[in-house]
Amino acid sequence: MRHRTFFWFFLPTGLAMLLFIAFPIVSVLVQSVFTTHEAVLVEVENCGPFGCTVETAVDHDATAAKRAAEPLGRFVGLSVYLDRGHLAVTEIAEQWHASSGLGDFISRTQNLPFYRAITFTLTFTFLVTPLLIALGLVVALSVNSLHRRLKGLAIFFSLLPMIVTPLIGSLILFWMVDSRGILGSFIQYMADDPSLSLKASTSLTWIMLIVYGVWHSAPFAFVVFYAGLQTVPSDQIEAARIDGANRLLVVRHVIVPHLMPLVTFVALIQLMDNFRVLEPLVGFNAQAHAQSISLLILNDLSGETQQLSSASATSVLTILGVAILLLPVLVRTWQDFKGKK
Amino acid sequence: MKLKHLFLTSAVAVASAGTAWSCEIGARVSIVGNEFPAIQTVGAEAAACNGAEVSTNLTADHQKINLPGMQGNPAEYTSAIVANSSIVALMNEDVIRPLDDLVAKHGSDLSKSQLITVGGNVMAVAFMANAQHLVYRSDVLEQIGVEPPKTYEELLAAAKMIRDQGILENPVGGAYAAGWNLAQEFNNMFLGMGGSHFEAGSAEPNVNSEAGVNTLMMMKELSEYMNPDFLTHDSNATNAEFRAGNVALMNMWGSRAATLVAAEGIPQEVVDGFAIAGPMTVGGGDTPASTLWWDGWTVAKNISDEEAEATFVAMMNGIRPELMENEDVRRQAVWLIDGYTPTSAAIGVFAAAQAGTIPYPMLPYNGLMHTALGAELADFMQGKESAEQALADVEAAYRAAAKEKGFLN
Repeated sequence: MRHRTFFWFFLPTGLAMLLFIAFPIVSVLVQSVFTTHEAVLVEVENCGPFGCTVETAVDHDATAAKRAAEPLGRFVGLSVYLDRGHLAVTEIAEQWHASSGLGDFISRTQNLPFYRAITFTLTFTFLVTPLLIALGLVVALSVNSLHRRLKGLAIFFSLLPMIVTPLIGSLILFWMVDSRGILGSFIQYMADDPSLSLKASTSLTWIMLIVYGVWHSAPFAFVVFYAGLQTVPSDQIEAARIDGANRLLVVRHVIVPHLMPLVTFVALIQLMDNFRVLEPLVGFNAQAHAQSISLLILNDLSGETQQLSSASATSVLTILGVAILLLPVLVRTWQDFKGKK
Repeated sequence: MKLKHLFLTSAVAVASAGTAWSCEIGARVSIVGNEFPAIQTVGAEAAACNGAEVSTNLTADHQKINLPGMQGNPAEYTSAIVANSSIVALMNEDVIRPLDDLVAKHGSDLSKSQLITVGGNVMAVAFMANAQHLVYRSDVLEQIGVEPPKTYEELLAAAKMIRDQGILENPVGGAYAAGWNLAQEFNNMFLGMGGSHFEAGSAEPNVNSEAGVNTLMMMKELSEYMNPDFLTHDSNATNAEFRAGNVALMNMWGSRAATLVAAEGIPQEVVDGFAIAGPMTVGGGDTPASTLWWDGWTVAKNISDEEAEATFVAMMNGIRPELMENEDVRRQAVWLIDGYTPTSAAIGVFAAAQAGTIPYPMLPYNGLMHTALGAELADFMQGKESAEQALADVEAAYRAAAKEKGFLN
């Protein structure tokens, strides 16, 4: 394609990307280094149905003057990033000196919101992504070998977990795993422990969230792999069969290598998605046991006093996290691209 | 107490009701608020005005949209229905207007106790009161032969008897879901223990104290008698446990008590045994371990004076004394409106007001403390850390947030 043609072809996309991707990122960056002006507080008498009390309130005239002078707020540099709610550098340094060893240090960091959240987020991402790829592949291979008439029905049912809204899907499961729900009672029966409760145990909650994550995202991998399976050249499979390969060997040496670019694609998308895990934590009411980076952002924004700078800083850290996660895949794609040249 | 006064004089005020009414407004009205039955009634009655469009957006997520919806100029919402906790966010950002002139012009139906004044300016008009108080099963308490508990210590003793006699395995209910609910239960108990969240006259936190530790110890003891999933139980889930007959003693919102056993499919013994009483005290203190709340409406600052007047008139129509003639409306809440005669569902909230329960504080930085409590106490409740460590974490989390919002240096 000529450069001129490419330019005009790309212009609308480029503008949209600038408007909807680049500008919001710049805006979040700016908001994370500016924060609210220092509040000017005054003592006032508040009266209501329950009598009068002297309480503190914000002095609006003084605050309005500050806002007019500096509409962006007060510049604080990286201090929001470094405070206890985020990277907590001071607290981490103290814990490093106070801890007796690496294990002790790591367990101490779990007392800090950001490190607690990143631990769950990374565990979730690195367990769910490979498991869902494996499950998706197995389902795709199974459906592909079904009789032609059954395929449509099987595809529909395999896609259901993805069609159900994540929040609704997790809420339904949340009720089912209740200690008096159908799944919860079954687990109690299997473990022979009538007081066992999934929701009261941190490790069981993590397992439940991971199983849910795999269940919900596997259909995506399935659809992609199923489409890929339709393009596997049949002469290669026949050749492998003639060489004496059984079904397992054909899958391992012919089908999987053929699907490899798709595996990369699914891994890329799912790493990004799983790093931003949020809905199951809300649906399962799991805040007491598991927190994710996205949940921290939601909590900052849904309190009675919104913490925009804190939420922005966590958002920037999320973007950095996604960039680091995707780096190996992106480097490989770039090398492939250069190799082809 | 003003509520008591209201309680006694309300029967007289009924006589004044019953005249024909008309509500004419000349500009748009747009209301945002929470969605429980009492607020739905106010919204529907405000929307009955003629002459201009009245739109309502009543949703449980009102707190997420009311501030952004009032910051624009002109504001999208001309009125936000708030409580003493959520009005703070609107006052901090200066998006609601003083109502003194409108009260003088159109507010003759209001009693003085309905006016929420801040520094001498009327900032909101309250229409109902709320508090958490004891809800119990009288049949279960009769079975073990004890009176309804007046203190949390008595409640623990009763809970032990109920469990030991094999009546219920987890007789205590509580909205202890990690987050807002857990923090609110801490607030109740902490105030009952005589604690104060902040050092006097400053935004410095003060929860890591003896009162704080005692509070957490009591909450932990209570949780031993709760369903093991208590950290996932909000008010709805706690009510479901009570309705299912699994819970005999719980601290519950007055606004939910009236409709608690009105749902279908509730066992007859739960319906018959359902009873309410005032809030309990704790640790030998006199102050009930609860907080008083009001719900009321505000008028936006960034709208024209015509819109503000129309909003005030429409909202006044939503809380007019004539509504109190309707038994169904009266049952929905503990109304602060003239002409309200309390129903049997209201005794818990009245008892709370008469016993000197502390109102939930209207401090600019209280929301940050509430968030910090909700996030940091779950570890203690699960036995993962000590009470002192949990409270130190709360103070550290609050300090980080308060520094960001400019309340602390």
